[in-house]
Amino acid sequence: MDEARISRHGSRARLWLAGGWLLIALLAAIFAPLVAPQDPLAQDLMLERLPPFWLDGAEPGYWLGTDSLGRDLLSRLIFGARIAFIVAFAAALAACLVGSTLGLIAGYFGGWADRIISRIVDVWMAFPPVLFAILLVAVLGTGLSSVIIAIAVIDWTRFCRVIRAETMGQSRMDYVENARIAGYGRIGIMLREVLPNVVPSIVALLSLEMGIAVIVEAILSFVNLSISTDDPTWGGIIAEGRLSIHQAWWVLVFPLVTLILTVLSFSQFGEGLRARFDPVLR
Amino acid sequence: MNALAKPCLDIRSLSAVLPNGLRVLRSVSLAVEPGEVRALVGESGAGKTMIGKAVLGVLPSSVRIVEGDMLLEGEDLGKLQAKARRTLIGARTALIPQDPLTALNPSRRIGPQMTDRLVRILGWSGEKADARIRQLLDEVQIREPERVLKCYPHELSGGMRQRVLIAAAFAAEPRLIVADEPTTALDVTVQKQILRLIAQLQREHGTAILFVTHDLGVVAKISQKVSVLYAGKVVEEAETAALFAAPQHPYTRALMAATPRYTDPFASLKPVDEAVLAGLASEIAAADQAWRRPHG
Repeated sequence: MDEARISRHGSRARLWLAGGWLLIALLAAIFAPLVAPQDPLAQDLMLERLPPFWLDGAEPGYWLGTDSLGRDLLSRLIFGARIAFIVAFAAALAACLVGSTLGLIAGYFGGWADRIISRIVDVWMAFPPVLFAILLVAVLGTGLSSVIIAIAVIDWTRFCRVIRAETMGQSRMDYVENARIAGYGRIGIMLREVLPNVVPSIVALLSLEMGIAVIVEAILSFVNLSISTDDPTWGGIIAEGRLSIHQAWWVLVFPLVTLILTVLSFSQFGEGLRARFDPVLR
Repeated sequence: MNALAKPCLDIRSLSAVLPNGLRVLRSVSLAVEPGEVRALVGESGAGKTMIGKAVLGVLPSSVRIVEGDMLLEGEDLGKLQAKARRTLIGARTALIPQDPLTALNPSRRIGPQMTDRLVRILGWSGEKADARIRQLLDEVQIREPERVLKCYPHELSGGMRQRVLIAAAFAAEPRLIVADEPTTALDVTVQKQILRLIAQLQREHGTAILFVTHDLGVVAKISQKVSVLYAGKVVEEAETAALFAAPQHPYTRALMAATPRYTDPFASLKPVDEAVLAGLASEIAAADQAWRRPHG
């Protein structure tokens, strides 16, 4: 009883902490022009490599310091969050839609549908994901939509696998057989009986996938394959920070911390939501 | 048997095979009269559950029926289109399952789950279905129907869930209920209540039941007729009273001898005699020899 209360407490704290960070980041992204203290693109060679506010030589208004071109780091991170969130939501949703649908079909109908879909997934997963993404973006051309498409094309398999396995487990339950005896159609049973029982997994995966999408986007922009170099992206800032690590460590460290916090929050938020959603765990 | 009255369920010489050619049902014939409780008894793997699943049209895809007919109130299930068969089975039969834990959808509340079938399959109005469910919950002696209807399955005990499932099975007034070891997964004390409940509802509603069990004690309490099954073959069929008074087949006698006696709990359990098993094996072999698999 006590243990259950503690774990319940833990999951609630996790949900709130992760959700809180994501909310702050999301609001900052949406209201970036209002929130950002400086123009993220404004260069000023007089202000290059200013340290963050608690170190000697910091300038007020440049809270996290500036990079080697004198651009405000905090403002760049805030504007970078826009790209990160757009990619996270769009790519994860697209991957989820494709992967969950195919996984549900494979798991519920089995037989040929399952064999075909599972083989495609196996082949798909044999490609190294990051190289696959780089290749795709190289083919599609850089730009926001290419990044989103690339991530969705690569990561639908993650949904497909998990949802297929979950669906298979649920389909063997007696309540599915009972529904068949009662005379429900196959597709009706799949959507009305089975799907609600795999939704908690879909939600958890979706949140996890958003975190992964943020990482992939950062990797792509790190290798300069994301969107145009003018727009600040977290991966792009990290790439620049790497070059001046000895002179201005903060340009590398702050975007890394932001990235890690965001990805971690997405996965924890998903787990917390799953615990909330699942009537059996609740 | 009255020649005019059609049996509720008539299974004629039903055989089913696995992909490897093994016969899991060996020319099974049995009839269940309207309002009658027919027990199907045998050890694990004898094919009791398989017969129930065959009747309800939910055999595993690996099991194939190769011979025989199943008539539900005179309608040949094999001759119907898949959709018409589903509708007929859905309207006239129901299942009381073995494991009440997995037989209810965990993510839906009890109320909608129960009324759904009446509304969607039988086309009842929402209010009518709702009233019907409440009446049935009352019949299965659930005291707080309001609370139970709002519960998720995991919030109820095993016995309560089985009551809900019994209520659901009787709700649509089916002609035939397949009860697949409905008490096996339950506590011994709860078993008795559930059994009494099924017997009571069966009498009141006049529903025929195909009662699958391995427990001869249950057979004696609830059924009018028994089929004893071994390796997918009916080895003996009789009125329940006659069977217990004078079992004809050596296997039936051995089964009865193997039933633990509560009056003498320390007596060692008797396994079925070797000689009886050898006799059964040759009987099955002879039956298989005589049986020519239809359509190759």
